[in-house]
Amino acid sequence: MTGGRTRARYQLALEALVSTTPQGRNPGYGLMPEHQRICELCVEIKSLAEIAALMRMPLGVARVMVGDMAESGLIAVQQPGAAEGKPDLALLERVLLGLRNL
Amino acid sequence: MDFATSSPGYAAPAPSGPTTSVKIVVAGGFGVGKTTFVGAVSEINPLTTEAVMTAASDGIDDLTKVPDKTTTTVAMDFGRVSLDRDLILYLFGTPGQNRFWFMWDDLTRGAIGAVVLVDTRRLADCFAAIDYFEDAGLPYIIAVNCFDGLLSHEMDDVREALSVPTDVPIVTCDARSRESTKLTLIRLVEHSMSRFAAMR
Ligand SMILES: Nc1nc2c(ncn2[C@@H]2O[C@H](COP(=O)(O)OP(=O)(O)O)[C@@H](O)[C@H]2O)c(=O)[nH]1
Ligand SMILES: [Mg+2]
Repeated sequence: MTGGRTRARYQLALEALVSTTPQGRNPGYGLMPEHQRICELCVEIKSLAEIAALMRMPLGVARVMVGDMAESGLIAVQQPGAAEGKPDLALLERVLLGLRNL
Repeated sequence: MDFATSSPGYAAPAPSGPTTSVKIVVAGGFGVGKTTFVGAVSEINPLTTEAVMTAASDGIDDLTKVPDKTTTTVAMDFGRVSLDRDLILYLFGTPGQNRFWFMWDDLTRGAIGAVVLVDTRRLADCFAAIDYFEDAGLPYIIAVNCFDGLLSHEMDDVREALSVPTDVPIVTCDARSRESTKLTLIRLVEHSMSRFAAMR
């Protein structure tokens, strides 16, 4: 169920965004119930943290599961704007504008 | 609260381009108002995610060296704010127990910065968070949560008591107020921008 546990391929950020792919929307038969629920959940984009919270799974379990599901093409993962270090100034400008417009 | 109309793009059709996420950390001692702060500005009721650490909390992370595994669960609250149709801000409250530093690395990696909430009646509760952010080089601001609208210290006294550098902004806020938390977040982002600009 958590195949690939030892592989550190996906050190997904807490705020990494997950969305269901066309394949994940029509996966056919034989999908694990948890995978199916995550596919349903992420039709509307969700972060890794939201998936863990809504699935009532420890973060580490959700992290591995999301990594596996991305590998089998059920979901697409978008690492955050600042995955490798700091957000850039252009992104921060957009955050500032968004907050001011709230 | 009517988030659907106040968050641009919340009810809009899915954007064509990729959506980007950013995060801000909300730190401070137990009961200082972290969850209240996150909830005041979040478009969802704050959620809780749990991280399980299967080892002692004193830095041992190689399970093969721990004969009887101890598991510890660390809970974090978080909320979400849609800033644009393709930009989502996540706000993460730090776990109550400061000693679970393994979680703090996950929390702060790639973050815009941190808001350190302070209750002037219990100033020392935030020392550990400030030390952590100073060491990590993460931009942070101090937000004094004004319980009962009353400040028992002057701002300069707070700065001195916390011994934070003069360039770290200190603001007051009401963690229950959406407008106040919003202004606090704006102040943090401005501070992060000046820090990042100065580093280039
Ligand atoms: N009077 C007052 N109460 C507050 C304020 N902020 C938080 N509280 C209350 O303080 C308690 C602890 O807040 P909480 O957000 O759970 O703290 P946390 O442990 O840091 O997450 C709750 O009962 C809040 O309702 C404030 O600005 N004024
Ligand atoms: Mg809390």
